[in-house]
Amino acid sequence: MRDVAVIGVGMAKWGELWEKSLRSVFVESALLALEDAGVDRIDSMVVGCMSSGLFVGQEHLGSLLSDYLGRAPVPAARVESACASGGLALRQGFLEVASGMADIVLVGGVEKMTDVTGCEATYALGTAADQEYEGFHGLTFPALYAMMAVAHMHAYGTTREQLAMVAVKNHDNGSKNPLAQFPVKISVEAVLNSVLVADPLRILDCSPITDGAAAVILCPAEMAGKFKTPGVRIAGTGQATDTIALSSRKDLCWLESTRVAAKKALAMAGRKVEDMHFFEVHDCFTIAEIMVMEALGLVPKGAGGKAVAEGLTRLDGKFPVNPSGGLKAKGHPVGATGVAQAVEAVKQLRGEAGPRQVKGARRGLTQNMGGTGGSSVVHVFEAM
Amino acid sequence: MAGIVGYGAYIPRHRIKVEEIAKVWGADAPSYKKGLMLEEKSVPSPDQDTITMSVEASKRAIKRAGIDPREIGAVYVGSESHPYAVKPSGTVVAEALGATPDCHTADFEFACKAGTEGMFVALNLVKAGAVKYGLAVGADTSQGAPGDALEYSASAGAAAYLFGNDDLLAEEVATCAFMTDTPDFWRREYQYYPRHGGRFTGDPAYFKHIIGAAEDILSKTGLKPPDFAYAVFHQPNGKFPFRVGEMLGFSKKQIETGWLVNKLGNTYSGSSPLGLTAILDAAKPADLILMVSYGSGAGSDAFIWRVTPRIEEVRSLAPRTRDLLDGDKVYLEYGAYAKFRRKIRKAE
Repeated sequence: MRDVAVIGVGMAKWGELWEKSLRSVFVESALLALEDAGVDRIDSMVVGCMSSGLFVGQEHLGSLLSDYLGRAPVPAARVESACASGGLALRQGFLEVASGMADIVLVGGVEKMTDVTGCEATYALGTAADQEYEGFHGLTFPALYAMMAVAHMHAYGTTREQLAMVAVKNHDNGSKNPLAQFPVKISVEAVLNSVLVADPLRILDCSPITDGAAAVILCPAEMAGKFKTPGVRIAGTGQATDTIALSSRKDLCWLESTRVAAKKALAMAGRKVEDMHFFEVHDCFTIAEIMVMEALGLVPKGAGGKAVAEGLTRLDGKFPVNPSGGLKAKGHPVGATGVAQAVEAVKQLRGEAGPRQVKGARRGLTQNMGGTGGSSVVHVFEAM
Repeated sequence: MAGIVGYGAYIPRHRIKVEEIAKVWGADAPSYKKGLMLEEKSVPSPDQDTITMSVEASKRAIKRAGIDPREIGAVYVGSESHPYAVKPSGTVVAEALGATPDCHTADFEFACKAGTEGMFVALNLVKAGAVKYGLAVGADTSQGAPGDALEYSASAGAAAYLFGNDDLLAEEVATCAFMTDTPDFWRREYQYYPRHGGRFTGDPAYFKHIIGAAEDILSKTGLKPPDFAYAVFHQPNGKFPFRVGEMLGFSKKQIETGWLVNKLGNTYSGSSPLGLTAILDAAKPADLILMVSYGSGAGSDAFIWRVTPRIEEVRSLAPRTRDLLDGDKVYLEYGAYAKFRRKIRKAE
């Protein structure tokens, strides 16, 4: 297997992009990545997208997007693993390069979510849950994560304020990210007084509905030196599955797929979690970030809420989590999220993250998750 | 010089509070009260509709103008809740007022700006000398689907304006219109309730068009926000008019006199016209007033009015809008409200 490097990244501003279509949102970020890498060809494309069929009535994305990017007839595949579609696309692109099947691969992620009503978007996202055991009974993702939050609060004494502090921290970071959908600071009080969505989660505990895309260009690490940007090596990749239905889990407060995926990715990189200088994780809801911290092993099980309150995961803390602003502030165009995490990792490792730069960052980890943890994809990045 | 010779307002006496609606739908009342700055809204009685409210408001406008209704050459009713799909509201209104038969009438429809459309046309017919007096009414018994965010604001009311060339209580300084094809809110034939594009109704719709029309009229006249005593913008909720005012450089103080929505709700075609009636109730001679409506679909009409000394003579000839809003209210529970608004299906 060959070592794989990221030689270009691209991401345009995220938000409610009413004046743009899915294809133009994708092409804009993909062109930025191609330009960043300075490559004049790609051998293959992989695109993560969760539900373009339900959001804009469009499937067959691989061909559509390679055509609109002006790259047909390159092979192009669309990859889906709910909200982890982007992370999985990166892993598939990695495998193509690592195996020698392709040299230059464009990995993109895209979702156009605001062409439908809030109800239709909630339905589309809900298809990532177990329809027979969850969806048909009326469960939505806010409701599922609310149950996880209640279970975590009950089991470990995690407090409402600690949940709010996750959102406050991510908005602090996101306020330094001009591409974020909501680059604004918020307060704990604002979170606690925001509209109730599914008790105990309020609207400022939830990641928003977003239009956006992100793209990276991969190549064999041995070729990376030929391009204009400093390469960043993907040192490890790990993926794991778990039950889609929350009710089938042994423990409502534990993300086993994240633990397993992280263990594999770190083992492949030959690193420990404490070797990482920053983490981009899947904070679709505030409780998710706390549970991900625990599953990654940043803190003991049940200690996530307290660690957030103590500042462990702040930009200047021991383990900075979500320097980009996370899904909470940056936005969550579901298929693009996993790729955007890689974009942030590369920017951090190239020292190009501006005011949100983690000082001296040489290694970072990304964790992208589908549903309530039915799938997780973890990557380890290292500066070359 | 053309302008307003009479104005009149009508607001039904029934009200329903935001808490009462939120209670039924399990919604968070404080978020509507704080987030949208809404407290309660008017509700029409079962025997009230756009036509009856238009007649009430128009009679008050005629009273203030002190003219013979037979001299009214045009009657325009702007509404998105005309009682008939086929058959005009305007003929009934004109007949009830005694303006028929030598009168031109038309019904206007442009979501929430149908009222100011009628004003725009009636005023310009008067300016052109085609009619001596022109009457325009903005009236609605607006519909919000049960449980929808619109249900907290969709309310009822009417405002009527008589335009002429003499004895003006406010003269027209300028008018302009600004519109694009922007589908933010609509109701198709045979649909009972309108649909809307959620947050799309904000920046690319309400704000873009109001700011477009306001900037046009300000640059056309060379006037600046501090030149105005008052400003009134379309009021779909409590927050938007203040926000758009702030974006344009108007203070809260300039806006709050015509800001009725917290206690009135969104009277759609009656919204900014009713706000203007409340301003005329309070304005002093020589005051400048900026008015900008907004209708989904989408467009805005802008007007600048300069108040004349005559306002002092006619103001008290009919009820003031704030008195209609604050006095003699009857609060409904959701059940009676649902009946009044025909939200309950009965056997045929």
